[in-house]
Amino acid sequence: MLETLMLSRIQFAANISFHILFPAITIALSWFLFFFKLRFDQTGEPVWMRAYRFWVKIFALTFAIGVVTGITMSFQFGTNWPKFMETVGNIAGPLLGYEVLTAFFLEAGFLGVMLFGIKRVSARVHTLSTLIVAIGTTLSAFWILALNSWMHTPQGHEMRDGVAFPVDWLAIIFNPSFPYRLSHMVIASGLTAAFLIAGISAYRLLKGDDKQAPKLTLKIALTVAMVLTPVQIFLGDLHGLNTLEHQPQKIAAMEGIWHTEKGVPLLLFAIPDEEKRTNHFEIAIPKMASFILTHDFDGEIKGLNEFEGNHPPVAPVFFAFRIMVGIGMLMLTISWFSRIQLWRDKPLPTWLLRVLVAMSFSGWVATLAGWYVTEIGRQPWLVTGILTVKDAATTIASGNVALSLAMYLTLYAVLMTAYLHTLFTMARRAVEIEEITDDERVKPVLHPAIAHSTNQSPNTKENDNV
Amino acid sequence: MFEANSLAVIFVALMGFSILLYAILDGFDLGVGILLPLSQKDDSDTMIASIGPFWDANETWLVLAIGLLLIAFPSAHSHIFKELYLPTAVLLISLVLRGVAFDFRAKAAFSHKPTWNKVFKVGSLLAAMSQGYMLGMYVMSFEDSLAAYAFSLLSALGVAAAYAYIGACWLIMKTEGALQVQAVRWAKQAGLICFIGIVAVSAVNPLINPDVFAKWFAWPTTLYILPLPLLCFALFVYSLLQLKKLPAINDKGCWRPFVAAVVIFALCFFGLAFSFFPYIVPGKLTIWETAAAPESLSFLLWGVIIVVPVIFSYTVFSYRVFWGKVRELRYY
Ligand code: HDD
Ligand code: HEM
Ligand code: HEM
Repeated sequence: MLETLMLSRIQFAANISFHILFPAITIALSWFLFFFKLRFDQTGEPVWMRAYRFWVKIFALTFAIGVVTGITMSFQFGTNWPKFMETVGNIAGPLLGYEVLTAFFLEAGFLGVMLFGIKRVSARVHTLSTLIVAIGTTLSAFWILALNSWMHTPQGHEMRDGVAFPVDWLAIIFNPSFPYRLSHMVIASGLTAAFLIAGISAYRLLKGDDKQAPKLTLKIALTVAMVLTPVQIFLGDLHGLNTLEHQPQKIAAMEGIWHTEKGVPLLLFAIPDEEKRTNHFEIAIPKMASFILTHDFDGEIKGLNEFEGNHPPVAPVFFAFRIMVGIGMLMLTISWFSRIQLWRDKPLPTWLLRVLVAMSFSGWVATLAGWYVTEIGRQPWLVTGILTVKDAATTIASGNVALSLAMYLTLYAVLMTAYLHTLFTMARRAVEIEEITDDERVKPVLHPAIAHSTNQSPNTKENDNV
Repeated sequence: MFEANSLAVIFVALMGFSILLYAILDGFDLGVGILLPLSQKDDSDTMIASIGPFWDANETWLVLAIGLLLIAFPSAHSHIFKELYLPTAVLLISLVLRGVAFDFRAKAAFSHKPTWNKVFKVGSLLAAMSQGYMLGMYVMSFEDSLAAYAFSLLSALGVAAAYAYIGACWLIMKTEGALQVQAVRWAKQAGLICFIGIVAVSAVNPLINPDVFAKWFAWPTTLYILPLPLLCFALFVYSLLQLKKLPAINDKGCWRPFVAAVVIFALCFFGLAFSFFPYIVPGKLTIWETAAAPESLSFLLWGVIIVVPVIFSYTVFSYRVFWGKVRELRYY
């Protein structure tokens, strides 16, 4: 039987990995929805409403799973990592508190109006509610990443009797790795949502959907992906440079560098061997790693041997990093290639649509891989320099943790199956319905004066030609 | 800057307040889930539509309550949830199941809908019962004895009945026709069980906790606190009389049982809070022993002072948007 520490780690990792999948979609999908709704209000084109209505349902489903798995997270800190709160609770607590107060209530409060209120409030209030939900999800990411980044690069506190006390809240929130992590995560969400929209739209086209909406959403998603991938790669590079400064052992693990040297090659592939402290089967570009990390072909990079006994496990960090970067490159190629095809007014060939369907959840894989790099790369620390994972663990009997872990894993398997199944069922159903239904023809009410009229607005007549 | 001792009191009050709001708000929507009839398709759609726009915001009060416990009284959080590890896991899993069933039932392939309805009902029931069980164990100071487990099971049933009761009252207010008649019947039955449960907890609590006994039966405190149970009793009688008259012509007074139930919840909550204050882990830890650093709490308190009124105003706004009898819920 595994001991409590290992079980707690697996349970925490399982729970947070499952949780993050859903916010990774909703953070950006809410902004896509805001955009669709705004375009509808401006143009009155029913196709925008059609796109909004299809994606708002997927949003609702994804959001619900995000919320309920998030509730699990807030119980985990105390149960599985009691020492965590005892040591850094004075810092972590208020940041989590602000997340609940400013983000969760905001999202949850306006979600009802966003999902079900379109006929009960004016168009302006409805669009505003959509905007507020989008702001709420982004604020969630802001606070939780402030906390997570502080755990990587703590500052603005002082230690008294082994307990951290806050000194400067601004320094705590805007700690050195925070700006990079926040922007990289928000863009990651943008890419995750963009590839999901592109994938599902491509799936509908493959199923013979000849309506306007999937073509429109495909085009928008690809445009967004085309713009965001280079930005993400650029931000990733900055993120790495920042990590080199604050957590050099993590970079050494990511790059598989054992000895401190100059002119380090960039490993495209290798199998790190922690026992022999070397790599097998290296495929490398000479001097490239030095160039990327120090912007000098002969720059010096510290190797893992400098941190012996005090660095993270190398192989998982090394491989996870390559998975993330690999997917990033794949996203770059595919989004540019497909978008340029569309530009030339060519419909996408079947094989390319299939590739896009296959990429639907590539954002998830890259996001998780990225988080594994970050989190495993911090080991053995839980909070860099302050608390190790080992010291934070709980004393609950391992049998109980094993039982709860088994329950969670079963639950997640069921949920994931149901989620994917439902998503594609919805897509297939959308193929069959007619081009535009009557309520989508309703011109958006731009003046709140006509609000609260539950039936069709008085100016329906002038919309008959829309 | 706020002073350390009063910060602990302010935060325990805030936490209590969110627990109470949670019990009332998520109470009615869990209750509606518990009552969901699996055979009548139309009724179940209407019932779920009556809570559709609210459940997410309602559950956020739980997140705030647990968050405040974690933030303001971290060692109490780990103490309590270590004791309640497995019931907590059951609670979380039921909340997850029920929350997703809500969305899946509306979107999955048509043939799966009855399954998700079942999941919704069972999830709501288990969530309510695990909360009741946790409350029971808390009152029994996490004692490891047969009596404690038996009492906690009783409390699990009591809380489920209480939620069903407030849920039925909510339905009386939000529905019409046959469903409303049915809801009146539910309210009478669940109200009775709930009443018995409250009497049982009130009797057992002082009997097993000497501190609680001393508190309630110390002259002249008894005199001040006596109106609490009396009022609670009177409200049950009032509620029963109202339920006998419903449904009335023009739906007059359809909101009265719900308001009575809300006040009953509040009174019971104050009774419990009075029993345990200033202990946060009964008999072991007081709020002052477990409070986090004053620097942290006062930083958060500023946020509370600014944000909570805003939360209230948009909560009221959202309830007003969906005011009145339920209509069909559609996503747009
Ligand atoms: C769609 C998702 C996605 C894509 C395509 C990429 N990343 Fe990423 N990456 C993330 C999603 C992500 C993430 C999940 O959001 C992480 C985890 C923590 C964080 O802040 O961002 C992350 C972390 C992360 C880290 C670890 C930072 C640390 O030390 O904590 C680095 C160095 C990079 N990324 C660099 C890159 C580079 C050079 C990419 C070039 C292709 C790249 N990422 C693509
Ligand atoms: C959202 C994406 C995230 C993912 C996928 C993720 C994943 C992981 C994984 C896999 C571990 C285990 C590392 C190991 O044991 O070797 C871990 C550890 C941990 N992470 Fe994260 N993490 C994420 C974000 C966060 C955030 C936002 C926080 C805090 C606010 C956080 C706090 C922790 C803590 C407390 C641990 C300690 C447990 C441990 O190291 O085993 N994580 N995370
Ligand atoms: C240890 C870390 C975490 C904890 C304790 C946590 C806690 C929670 C809780 C309690 C909820 C439900 C809120 C509600 O009731 O409305 C939630 C939802 C959410 N969380 Fe997390 N969370 C964590 C990690 C993350 C991370 C890493 C992100 C993103 C970067 C994130 C973003 C969100 C978002 C956007 C939501 C809204 C629901 C959704 O969009 O699906 N959370 N989280």
